[in-house]
Parts: sequence; C-alpha cells; structure tokens
Amino acid sequence: MATSPRDNQVRFEPWKDPDAQPYVRIERVTKKFGDFVAVDDVTLDIYKKEIFCLLGASGCGKTTLLRMLAGFERPTQGRIFIDGVDVTAMPPYERPVNMMFQSYAIFPHMTVEQNVAFGLKQDRVAKAEITKRVGEMLDMVKLGQFAKRKPHQLSGGQRQRVALARALVKKPKLLLLDEPLAALDKKLREHTQFELINIQETLGVTFIVVTHDQEEAMTLSTRIGLMNHGEIVQVGTPTEIYEYPSSRFVAEFIGSVNMFEGRLTEDEPSYVRIGSDDLEQPIYVDHGVSSAPGATVWAAIRPEKMQMSREQPAGPDNWTAATVQDIAYMGDLSIYLLRLASGKVVRVTQPNAARHADERITWDERVYLSWDPTSPVVVTK
Amino acid sequence: MIARALKRVGITGRTLVTAVPYFWLLLFFLIPFVIVLKISFSDAQISMPPYQPLFAWIDEKVLQVQLNFANYAFLVEDNLYWKAYLNSIFVAGVSTLICLLIGYPMAYAIARTRPSTRNVLLLLVVLPFWTSFLLRVYAWIGILKNNGLLNNALMSLGIIDEPIRMLQTDFAVYVGIVYSYLPFMILPLYANLEKLDLTLLEAAADLGSRPWESFLKVTLPLSVPGIIAGCLLVFIPAVGEFVIPTLLGDPGMLMIGKVLWTEFFNNRDWPVASAVAIALLLFLVIPIMYYQRAQDAESGGGLHR
Amino acid sequence: MMNERSWFRIGVLVLGFLFLYVPIVSLVVYSFNESRLVTVWGGFSTKWYAALMQNEQILGAAWLSLKVAALSATIAVALGTLAGMVLARFGPFRGRTLLSGLTTAPLVMPEVITGLSLLLLFVTMEQLIGWPAGRGMTTIVLAHITFTMAFVTVVVQSRLAQIDESLEEAAQDLGARPAKVFFLVTLPIIAPALLSGWLLAFTLSLDDLVISSFVAGPGSTTLPMVVFSKVRLGVSPDINALATILIAIVAVGVVIAGVAMSRQQKARDRDAQMALAANQQMIESMKRT
Repeated sequence: MATSPRDNQVRFEPWKDPDAQPYVRIERVTKKFGDFVAVDDVTLDIYKKEIFCLLGASGCGKTTLLRMLAGFERPTQGRIFIDGVDVTAMPPYERPVNMMFQSYAIFPHMTVEQNVAFGLKQDRVAKAEITKRVGEMLDMVKLGQFAKRKPHQLSGGQRQRVALARALVKKPKLLLLDEPLAALDKKLREHTQFELINIQETLGVTFIVVTHDQEEAMTLSTRIGLMNHGEIVQVGTPTEIYEYPSSRFVAEFIGSVNMFEGRLTEDEPSYVRIGSDDLEQPIYVDHGVSSAPGATVWAAIRPEKMQMSREQPAGPDNWTAATVQDIAYMGDLSIYLLRLASGKVVRVTQPNAARHADERITWDERVYLSWDPTSPVVVTK
Repeated sequence: MIARALKRVGITGRTLVTAVPYFWLLLFFLIPFVIVLKISFSDAQISMPPYQPLFAWIDEKVLQVQLNFANYAFLVEDNLYWKAYLNSIFVAGVSTLICLLIGYPMAYAIARTRPSTRNVLLLLVVLPFWTSFLLRVYAWIGILKNNGLLNNALMSLGIIDEPIRMLQTDFAVYVGIVYSYLPFMILPLYANLEKLDLTLLEAAADLGSRPWESFLKVTLPLSVPGIIAGCLLVFIPAVGEFVIPTLLGDPGMLMIGKVLWTEFFNNRDWPVASAVAIALLLFLVIPIMYYQRAQDAESGGGLHR
Repeated sequence: MMNERSWFRIGVLVLGFLFLYVPIVSLVVYSFNESRLVTVWGGFSTKWYAALMQNEQILGAAWLSLKVAALSATIAVALGTLAGMVLARFGPFRGRTLLSGLTTAPLVMPEVITGLSLLLLFVTMEQLIGWPAGRGMTTIVLAHITFTMAFVTVVVQSRLAQIDESLEEAAQDLGARPAKVFFLVTLPIIAPALLSGWLLAFTLSLDDLVISSFVAGPGSTTLPMVVFSKVRLGVSPDINALATILIAIVAVGVVIAGVAMSRQQKARDRDAQMALAANQQMIESMKRT
C-alpha cells in the first residue's frame, strides 16, 4: 500500500484554525415530514478537502441531511451555504454539488462513456473537451477499456466506479456519497476504501459520506458527525469519537464499551473518584470532571483497555474481582466475558500474542480486573 | 422562454403536467356523471335531445331548477327494474364465484411451474384478451347452438339423443361471462401467488402440517388480496354486462345493462336510462372505491402517510 | 419427478387452456368451411375470405376502426404517461386521491354507464359551445381516449414504480432540468411500457362496441358495430373469416414479440457472463497491486 500523502503533510486540521472559513455551512437546519422530524436543528461546519462522514443507524436523518445538501429536499427551517453561497432554495440541477447514489443510479440505456459524459453535456461543454475529460476520468477509475460497455455488462465494483467517475467528472465543489461501499463484498470494500481516499486526495474535492458502518467511517473520514434521532450528537475525528465520547450513546454506538454507573465521591480539579455499586474498588480518573458532586455519572472503559490477572493488584483503586463466564476465540484476539459480584457482565479483549495457550486464563477462573487511571471516560449524560 | 414567463405567473411545469390529464378526466369522466344525474331528474319529450331542459328562466330573471323524481319513482314501482337489478347481481355473483373456482387452481398451477414455462403459460392466458371480445362471445354461439359443436359432439358420443337447448339460456350467459372474464381473475391471483415465499410452506411442513393444511392455513390466507382484486375485477363489469346476455341469453332475460340499452336505443327514454345508470352506479360505488383503494395500496400508493 | 400434485397441476392447466382456446380454434376452423351452415363441415374453402374482401360495409367500418384506434391510442399514451408520472412521482398533493380514483374507475366501470354519460356530455357540450358538432369519428375518438387512457396510466404507473427513482435524481444532480430528465432518462427507460400501453389501448379501442354505439353518429359505424348487428341475426361464416384474420395478426405479433424478447434475454445472459468474467479479472488485478 502506498503511503497516504496526508502523512507527509502538516496535520490537516482546519477546524482547529480560528481563521479558516467553513466550506459547507449547515445553519440550524430542520426537516419535517408531516409530524415526523427527520433532521432536528442541525448546525455543522465542514471544511475544504475534508472527508466528512455522517454516521448513524438507519432512520437517524443522515440521508435526509445529505439529500438536502444535494437539493432533493428543502429544509423546513434553516439555511445551507456552500462556498459562501446560500443554496437553500437552489434546485439540484443548479448546485455545484454531485452525488454518488447508494444504488449507483447508472442510466441503464447508456454506455459507460455516455453515463460519464451526461453531466458535461448538460453544461454544454465542447465536444472535444468532453471526450478528453471523460477519457481521463475513466482512466483514473481504471475503466478505460470498458468505455463502450452497457451497465448490465459490468460487475458491482465496476458500476461503483462508473458512478464515482460520473459524479467527479463535473469537478464538483462537493461530492456527496450515500453509503458508497454498502453494495460491495467485504474484500472489495476494504480495497475501495483506500482507493476513494487516494482519489479524494488527488483531486482535492470535499467529500461528505453517509454511512451506517462505523468501520467505514473510521477509515475514511477526517471527521465524523454522529447522528441520532435527527440530531448531531458529537462531531470529532475518529480518535476523538472513540477515545473521548461525549455521551453514553456515542460510547456505546462506536465499538464496544463497559459502562459503570456511579457517583462522584471525590471531585478535585486534577482527579476524581467514582463509586459504583458494581465494583469493589472505586474508579480513579486522573483528570477533573465538570459535574456536581454526588451527581450520577457513568465511567466508560473499552474492553481492550482492561487487564486480567490472577494476582490482586496493589493500590486502593481501579480494580475488581470477577469470574470468567465465557470466552470467544476470534483468532487475533479473544473476548472474555467476566461476571462481577453484582451480577454485571464485563467484556475484556486480550490479544493472542503468544501461540501457546497453556497459561491462558480459562473458564470459571477467579481473576482480578484492572485498568489505568487514564482509561475511563466519564460522561454525565 | 415560455417556461420562464409561466413561472413568473406562478405556473410551474409540474402544475401543467398535473393539470392536463386532470382536466381531461374531470371533463370526460367526472362531469358526464353530473350530467347523467341531472338528466335522470328530467322529463322525456319528443325532441332532440329527447328530454326537457333542467333549467328554465322564469320571466328571464329567476333560474328555476326542475327536479323530477318521477323516473326514480318509476324504477321503484316497476317490478321489471327490481328484477333486472337483482338478477344482474345474482348472475354476476355466481359468475365471479365460478371464475374464482376455475381461476384459482389455474393461477396456482402457473405460479408453481418453472419460470421459463411460466411466461409462456401467462402469455397464453393473456392472449385471448388481445383478440376481439365480441368475436370470442360469438364463437360460443357456434358451440352452444342446437346443431352446434357441443350438441353434435354429445350426440355422436351417444350421451344424448336429441339436442339440448343451451343457447339462449342462463347457462350460456354464465359460460360467456366466465369465459370472457377468466383472464381478469387469473392475472391478479397469479401476481399474488407468485410472490408467495415458498420457504413459508417449507416452514409449515417442517412444523408438521400436511400439504393440504399448509394450503388452507398459509397459502390461502396470504392470497386474500389477490382473491379480492380478481373478484372485483370480474364482478363490477359483469353486473353491467350487455353484449353477453344479448347474444347468448334468452331474449326475455333481465339484466340491467340490457334494460339500460333498451330504454336508451329502443324506447329513446334518455331520462329513465340515466336514472337506471345512476341507480346502478350507486350500487357499484362501494366496490369500485374498494377496488381503487386496493389498487392504490398495491401500486406505490405508500405515498400517503 | 411426477407425483400426484404435478399431475393435478397439469390436469388443471390442460382443462383450463382447452376452455380458453377451443372456442377460438373453432372460429378459425369453420372460417374455412365450404358450407353456409357454420357447424356442419362441407369441405375446405376460402370463399368466405373472398366474400369478406368484397364486403364494402365491413371494409369501410374496419378502416374507420383502425383510424380511431391508432389516433386514440396515441393520444391516450400521451395523457396516460402524464397521469402515470404525476401519480408515481409527484408525491402527495391535494387532489391526488381524486386523480387516482379518476384513473382507476374507468377500468371497472360498466361500459353502458361510460357510454351513456359520454353521450350526454357531448350533447350538452354541443348545446353550450357548439363543439363537437354532431356525433361521429371525433366523439368516438374522445370517448376511446378517455377509457383507454386509464389502462395506459396503470401500465406506466406500475412501470415507474419499479424504476429506481434515484436514476432521475442522478440526472438532475448532473445538471438536467426536470423536462430534460424526462426526455433523456425516464422516457427511454419506460419506452417498452409505453409501447405495450399503446398496443393495449389500440386493441381496446378496436374491440369496443358498447361505448362506440352510444357516441357514434349516423355514418360512423365501427367494425364491432357492424359485426354485432350481423351476429345478432345469427352465425355468418364471413365473420369467422374476419375473426381468423384478427387472430392471425395477433398471433404473428405475439411470435415476433416472443422472439425479440428471448433474443434480448439471451443477449443479457451473455452479458451477465461477461460481467462475471470481468469481475474475476478485476479481483486478479487487485491482488497484484
């Protein structure tokens, strides 16, 4: 795999630059279908050259938001700006935006070439120019030799490339991708992910991707906007979303997590202690939390950030006793389900670094579970 | 250019596209019924058109609307009309039932054959529909006549000694209706049965039900929408059928379509013909609306939330 | 495997299709009968065809019917396509339910009612605005457009419902205005449905007796009207000859359509195999990179 050009650059983080102008601005947008609120008061800034993923379960409003950016739906309230221009009332055929549809929507009665040329013809581009640009684009997506084929003569992966080429050939300011990889099988999907990133970096087009697949969102995006019930619940880089979820919903949506409900027993600017009925020892976190003492909080700990041992850990905090209830062997790692004294079941993953399994902890063993003070994330909602 | 000009007045392409077929159907389908309704309240007179105008200007100032319920009173009083209505409904109902009894096994059998054969069989069901309806009814005259095909065949087989009178009987009318409308029963039933998930039957068998029970408890209940669509598609037009009872039935057989035709063409009593039509329509309005709702639900009418 | 159930299935189909086809076959057979008594076989002859070709009344009526059918089918396809588009694509709007009712009701409406109501409309219109003046081909065409349009609408609407709406959205997204989207994308895709809608409308118009009888005037007698008046008086062998010609036309049309369809199917199978092979190639080439 070629190294991504992004690695060689200074970090690409325009959202941290106070002087950077957002390229796409979604301002307090609401969309209602009858009484149903599909998108609820969403405000979002997206910067030039980003790959921004809208992630969420089906029915969370991510596709409606995308369709409003494309112009297929009108917001009930709010405004949308692209490159400083208010496009809220602009019909789709006038927007500097193109979309790659989930079904690819390739015109069945046209050849690959005619499909890709369609958009340029609508713009009345000169014939010679059309031929040139279509040729270049088809070469880029490695479909040069399929130019004269009809869509039903193509495989799923090839159709996906036609859809991509057709949307990109107009050099849109913004490319919208609706579940771009959902129709591909797993192997092809992984390969295509990296190819998408390469193409995006070569052309410098801003991408907005809608997906329900968190792995896809993690690999592709510069930032993720996680949606639930029509609202954006958190915006951040993949790392931020995974390591610093802002709520229980986010923590539980991305990856798996063990959630401990408790109360703040000690609340200092530099550390907090949380007592939980599920754990024998309190949780100690090495940073302050903005919450009232005595309030209910949740500590989220990822399964890979917990350790198991047969010896009781030293120190007063961050451990508990447990019994192994179940083990699932996954090859590269194993998942342990541990039962605590309270009856709560905790999930722990262990990499299978060694080949010999003799000393591995096994069913029904009594073990101690521990974690670092940096591992828990404390959320208040 | 024109599009822009229209847009400025507030007329979009969308409105125009909707307006054209809408206008056509309102003018040529809905308004005619209003006129029929009006004329059914009018009096017959010898003129062209043969009815009294409904509106009259009294002293050229007051618009007078004359409503004459006499035509309806006439329908209610005269036994002939009652009998014709009831007989039409009875004949249409029995024909629908026979169509279902023949059409269901056929649709089922077609839906269970190999897909390649299936298309050929389906084509064979639709094919008669493309040839003339009138001529297909006519063919039965040749078959059912006293010296027709069927009587000849039965006599040469020695089953009967002298011809049975079959033409100009109710039997002939049933045969004609069932024959003409059978494809309308088979097609919606087939469309429904073809969609049936066969694993449901496998599941039923796996859970211990015999093929006959699986049919009664799984296939049949799931095919109810197809049965309803097929029955309405046969029943509604059959009630008003004119050609079949005229060509195949007894001249004295009372069917409402024939009565309407006779009032109109032979007696030239347009108001009574209109009253007959309105009465028939009132009776059919419920099944027609039911059919329309079912159609809409079937064909992407999911737009209604 | 032939078990009891498949015997039952075959039996049902054989009996059912015999019922559907014996009358049609008998029409054809007796059209070649020498004898005037239709059901008594008097030897092979084509004299009824010759008689038919000399029957000015039938030929004139057939010509009128063909003109009416072609004209009304063409206009019905145009109007029905618009109505189908509105119902399948324009989403909910005020009056949609009424429109949808107006398009499906003619499918099941007894013909005597449709015929009577249209005649009364034409009479009223003539009184009010002087058009259509008298009754004849114009009124027959108007009536036929109205009742065949419903069938076209249903065909178009169900075809559109099967088509991925994002095809049209994609065209808009690529810069085509709605009217252009219709002509460049929607129309080419639904063209086969429009053709079958046209054929359906044409056949229904050609076959219509009841509605035409109401709205026709003197001197505008269609083919079914002539046939009906002849048939009412009893069987006549030249009608058998006419039926045979119509059946032959339909049969030839069906065979042509069938061959064209199976060719297309074969081409599609071949293409699918090519796509499969191409897929294999691509996976191979990816493994290498």
